[in-house]
Amino acid sequence: MVPISYYLILSAVLFGLGVVGFVFKRNIITIFMAIELMLNAVNLAFVAFSREFNQLDGLIFVFFVIVVAAAEAAVGLAIVMVIARNRKSLNVEDVNLMKF
Amino acid sequence: MNIAMLVFIACSVMAIVGALALILAREPVHSALALVLVMISLAILYLLLGAAFIAAIQILVYAGAIMVLFVFVIMLLNAGEEVRTNVSRLAKWVGLPLGIFFLLEMAYSLFREYGGRAALAGGTAAPVPASTRDLSMKLFTEFVLPFELTSILILIAVLGALVLAKRES
Repeated sequence: MVPISYYLILSAVLFGLGVVGFVFKRNIITIFMAIELMLNAVNLAFVAFSREFNQLDGLIFVFFVIVVAAAEAAVGLAIVMVIARNRKSLNVEDVNLMKF
Repeated sequence: MNIAMLVFIACSVMAIVGALALILAREPVHSALALVLVMISLAILYLLLGAAFIAAIQILVYAGAIMVLFVFVIMLLNAGEEVRTNVSRLAKWVGLPLGIFFLLEMAYSLFREYGGRAALAGGTAAPVPASTRDLSMKLFTEFVLPFELTSILILIAVLGALVLAKRES
């Protein structure tokens, strides 16, 4: 039996790596992948807690997170396509109209 | 060291290596493949936690549908190697320390709360694995309204993606 703390620490590490990727990557598609990585890390924490407390609600929540992630990926990638078409670039530094 | 621990260590190493490869890879396609590696290792961890249904939809929806969408867009846009620009000074001097601090803080607080807590909250009895039957019973009785709302959400997402990606003529 693996202690729950191991799962939570793995989840925290993956989430942290997702945050680092989100901040440091320049390609807009890779930034999207970093967001997906963070969602996956949170899902792992949900499943671990669900197992720990013997409750199914955590698994239901993971289900909804996956559904929302799918919807988000569809809309987000459409936005990426529009940006790539208008700016002729996938670099986020070229999308700086509202940058302070 | 039992077999569950070995599987956990193997999968967690695979997941962390995949996440690092996602960040360090220059080509977006390599990042996408690294993310698939992370998702498959997480699916094995879900199986280890007794959540077979979640593991199945992790493979089907995440590693299947969503990643295919990503790879499709990468190929459609012909996304090449990431151009190396000078990282903004704010990101370099504030972002990295804050990221490391965030990670350490999460690890510390989780470990303080749950560290060394091998026993389960429900007592000494091993928990029954979450069966797909129980999960679907709960999903279609207690959570039926959110479940139906997600179908509306997906419909709106599909329409939104169509409207956004449409080439205006």
